[in-house]
Amino acid sequence: MDFPTSLIQLLNAVQYGLLLFLIASGLTLIFGIMGIINLAHGSFYMLGAYLAFSLTEGLGSLWLALPVGVVLSVLFGLALEWLVIKRLYARDHLYQVLLTYGLILVFEELRSILWGDEVHGVKVPEVLAASISLTENLNYPVYRLAMSAVCLVLALGLWWVIRRTRLGMIIRAGSVNRDMVQSLGIDITLVYRIVFAAGVALAAFAGMLAAPTSSVFPGMGNQVLIICFVVVVIGGIGSVQGALVGAILIGLVDTFGKVLTLEVAGFQLLPQLSGVTVYLLMAVILLWRPEGLFGSHD
Amino acid sequence: MPNDLYHDIKGAKRRELIKAAAAAGLLAAGGGLSTLAPAQSAKVKVGLMLPYTGTFAQLGVAIANGFKLAVDEQGKSLGREIEYVTLDDESDPPKGADRANQLVTRDKVDVLVGTVHSGVQMGIVKIVRESGVLHIIPNAGVEAATGQLCAPNIFRTSFANGQPAYPMGKVVADRGLKNVVTLAWRYGAGEESVAGFKDSFLKGGGKIVKELWLPFPNVEFQSLLTEIASLKPDAVFVFFAGGGAAKFLTDWKAAGLKGRIPLFGTGFLTEGVLEAVGDAAEGIETTLHYGDGIDTPKNRAFRLAYAKTFKLQPDVYAVQGYDAGLLFAAGMKAVKGDVSKKKEMIAAMRVASIDSPRGKMTMSKAHNPIHDMYLRKVVGKENRVTGVAMKALDYPPSGTCKMPA
Repeated sequence: MDFPTSLIQLLNAVQYGLLLFLIASGLTLIFGIMGIINLAHGSFYMLGAYLAFSLTEGLGSLWLALPVGVVLSVLFGLALEWLVIKRLYARDHLYQVLLTYGLILVFEELRSILWGDEVHGVKVPEVLAASISLTENLNYPVYRLAMSAVCLVLALGLWWVIRRTRLGMIIRAGSVNRDMVQSLGIDITLVYRIVFAAGVALAAFAGMLAAPTSSVFPGMGNQVLIICFVVVVIGGIGSVQGALVGAILIGLVDTFGKVLTLEVAGFQLLPQLSGVTVYLLMAVILLWRPEGLFGSHD
Repeated sequence: MPNDLYHDIKGAKRRELIKAAAAAGLLAAGGGLSTLAPAQSAKVKVGLMLPYTGTFAQLGVAIANGFKLAVDEQGKSLGREIEYVTLDDESDPPKGADRANQLVTRDKVDVLVGTVHSGVQMGIVKIVRESGVLHIIPNAGVEAATGQLCAPNIFRTSFANGQPAYPMGKVVADRGLKNVVTLAWRYGAGEESVAGFKDSFLKGGGKIVKELWLPFPNVEFQSLLTEIASLKPDAVFVFFAGGGAAKFLTDWKAAGLKGRIPLFGTGFLTEGVLEAVGDAAEGIETTLHYGDGIDTPKNRAFRLAYAKTFKLQPDVYAVQGYDAGLLFAAGMKAVKGDVSKKKEMIAAMRVASIDSPRGKMTMSKAHNPIHDMYLRKVVGKENRVTGVAMKALDYPPSGTCKMPA
């Protein structure tokens, strides 16, 4: 691989990593702060993509679809927390896994009823439809670069809210000791509801953002769910910085694992085993730091 | 009070029961009604084990529609009435064998038609090999089903995975495109497709520069597209289908490779995704056993009848289901509906010449279709047939199939 190609691959890796971060950040928030293992997180990603498809058709542009979609997914998250998720706080992880797995099935079926099983596409907005020429025969779509920029801004924004605002302080305190925060006169139920809705909105927003480049199809959420759990586990549960670092690491390993050739003693390891590199990375990191890169020690 | 109510209901129920029993006794005494109908006029049971939910739901519905249309068109000539037993296989491989077994032992189907997913198919093949129940595969392309695991009672009306890819190797080689990169999902269908392509492409003097793979059903293509751009091959052959295919075509265009490097694939690359990808697929050529604009009376009649009956346009899956129905009908006619004569039925199906919407189709020694493979080109929202890439293709060679007599 020559030098310019390596640089482009690096760009691919970071770009993929940032999108993963956007999806995984909601998962790590819900998991780390509320203690809920939310298997239905991928479904929110899918919901976002289908919302982008329908709203873009209905409203005429992705620019209008994005804010409307975010508002709808926040409302959806609030309703879901109030209807279902709040019953899980006092319960064992097993109940959470069962219930959120059930939600996956419900959402898939609803998707099939509402939108059908066809594959759909969402048009890239005019302004971002151009592409930059990188080599003599490779272009880089401007939309992908814009996606990365949005992900970076959101990462910064999340860090600021959690580390620098009063709400962030309450959220962090609530994740450590729910009862104590409550006895200090803070409505923790409301805080949890907000966090859950934010998590849903983050995943749905990622789906909306990815829709023009990924097309919109059944089961698309399940593909990202597993990789997002890997991101969260590598980064350390509940840590937003961890999710960012973990996502970029996975972007790197996934990208280069597919295209590098590595032979050991005549046996081809890469790209033959490119399907498992990500999980190998997770195993190695967990052996070294069982709590994840940025996980707390408790 | 609640107790009284409970007793009232119980009492009412008991009275109903006594009445019903008395009625049954009268009927039994009367005799006539309890005699069973003679076996010959009982309906023939066809088990449709297909995906009716999940990603492949549309394919399952298209196949079932096609099969029923064919059977309805044949009408009384089948000799017996048909009864369907429908089972959703959910494209879930671990449950494949159990579900097939349920149709065979509990529902006692005379013919088992299914399925789409190759993993589920392997479960069905196991059961029909053990039980000897007549079996028609309307889609799944897993080569073993008409290869190492072939059996007299197993027929296929779709394709073996390598079959649609094999002609494309020749097409690409004939155009003088020598250095080719292949890219596919690393799973059964992807590997068998690439093998089929390579088979004829290498024979034609071509060279594979690099085989690129990604895990199924991963759709993160960006790094592989970068790799392809830096390898600068004369052409690229890919195997993707469904949502993954739509994403691939969009990414291929966005990376600026469209128009710079010729892209080829099997027909699944551009089936059912043309609405979703806009102009990203325009001009792409694929090979498959069906396409738009096959101008034969049979195809026109089929498309009209299908559209009228189901208010849907038929696709390649509907054709495969329809042909499964025609093949079944050929067997039924040979024994005048007496499905107990399985040997004669199989013998008739083996030599049947099916007048399919795709053209003429016959069965190979391994019971896999021998049919023309079309070269198609995406024009607007159509996969327009531009020619025949290979006439009457029998592939893969039946060598791996040791068919018991």
